[in-house]
Amino acid sequence: MINITNLSYTFGSPPSGTPVFSRLSMQVRRGEFISIVGASGCGKSTLFRIIAGLLEPSSGTVALNGKVTASSAARLGQVAYMPQQDLLLPWRTVLDNCLLPWELKRRGSKVNAAAEIRTLLHRFGLAEAEGAYPHELSGGMRQRVAVLRTVAAGNELMLLDEPFGALDAITRRSLQLWLLELWSELDKTVLFITHDLEEALLLSDRIYLLTGPDGDGIQEYSPGLPRPRHHSLSYEPQFAALRRDLEMMLYEHRS
Amino acid sequence: MNTAAKRLLRSYGPSVLLTYLTLAVWETVARLGLVPPFILPAPSAIWLALVEDRRLLFGLHLPATLLEVLTGFALSVICGCLLGTLMHLFRPLATALYPLLIMSQTVPLIALSPLFIMWFGYTLWSKVAIVFLTAFFPVVIGAYDGLSKNTDAYSHLLLTLGANRWQILRKVAVPLALPSLFSGLKLSVVYCVIGATLGEWLGGSRGLGYFSRRMAGNLHSAEMFAAVVLLSVMGIVLFLCVAGLEKIILKKRGHYS
Repeated sequence: MINITNLSYTFGSPPSGTPVFSRLSMQVRRGEFISIVGASGCGKSTLFRIIAGLLEPSSGTVALNGKVTASSAARLGQVAYMPQQDLLLPWRTVLDNCLLPWELKRRGSKVNAAAEIRTLLHRFGLAEAEGAYPHELSGGMRQRVAVLRTVAAGNELMLLDEPFGALDAITRRSLQLWLLELWSELDKTVLFITHDLEEALLLSDRIYLLTGPDGDGIQEYSPGLPRPRHHSLSYEPQFAALRRDLEMMLYEHRS
Repeated sequence: MNTAAKRLLRSYGPSVLLTYLTLAVWETVARLGLVPPFILPAPSAIWLALVEDRRLLFGLHLPATLLEVLTGFALSVICGCLLGTLMHLFRPLATALYPLLIMSQTVPLIALSPLFIMWFGYTLWSKVAIVFLTAFFPVVIGAYDGLSKNTDAYSHLLLTLGANRWQILRKVAVPLALPSLFSGLKLSVVYCVIGATLGEWLGGSRGLGYFSRRMAGNLHSAEMFAAVVLLSVMGIVLFLCVAGLEKIILKKRGHYS
């Protein structure tokens, strides 16, 4: 699905600039759920912005569906990107917010697009919220609407940048399960940034640890937990051991 | 008494009371003959003048001034929004024009007005030009500042959805600029009345400004005051119209929570 080779990004111009990360390589296969974890400032969001096409890397290549794109901007509109804030437009209803991707691309008729969104809203448990404005929704609902808009963009690859970061623990838990279920139903490839190791273990097929410019770039970790998964998994000794491993790997790089 | 009426009383009660008291004192002073009527006519005399000259005031002068105000305002809104948008889209244009725009506001209009009369004669357009010059500035600034608000996060999101520059302007920047634009419009519409009055003072044959000046020249202070009252009411009504429009548009768009 996506191949990243020797990707480096330096903030500012090369001689005096500060490197954010260097020589990152990773492969994501179709249909995978990949988490990216790492300390704040190690360049996780920067990596996403490069993949989405908003930033030009200092060096290295990103290949989408086997094709290396000449510039980052060529990937704009090909990868669905959900930033940290939900960024719902406050003057649009939930339905109109979700129709935004269609308005920009204009594929097919509006009636069809709206019908599709309504089906998704129903599936997302947001059917009653269709006509509501974002400020009338709870944090968890806003986040779900933002995920729906990302799905509605119609791209196979979805980048979710800490979608549950600002939510309370209880809402976060229920949304993790919800996302798990959603992902198994939709045929999507997901790259997922999180600070929460438990979240990463619970959701992902593989986990990439980003270690910043001083470490050796990136490390891969496969928890190998069977699917379908449920929250009760987090109380099993096997899960605790995996969590400890992952935590140790992270701390190794910090000292 | 219901709560809505109570709220109204609390917010407008004091100012109504003060106005009433002022009018009462004014009336008393004028009736007692402490001040000659051509210096300060009694409120009742002003009211009488308003009623007596209603044909002339409402039939001729008010429509004339209103026409100047509305034409000037419409031109200001169209040109202001257009220029504000262009300045937002082309940075060099903004840096080139911003200082000139500010300069246009520091020039004393009253000194320029004879020039407008030379250019446009004693027609509607010499007044419209003055209205435009006073009212245009707040619209441009309101539109430009509103559009230039930092909308990077939204713009980036739209870019990843495949939007072009024009779509970002239409879907995000313009709606986000509306509150700022309306602040400019509210200022502008009030300036329009001032501009029109000024234009009529300097030359013309109709309009409330012209009427008030002629009456002042003849020491008909009550009539002059009547015209001034009408001008002020016109300004307030126009302001309320714009404020109401703002409320309707922004409320519909869910800006108010």
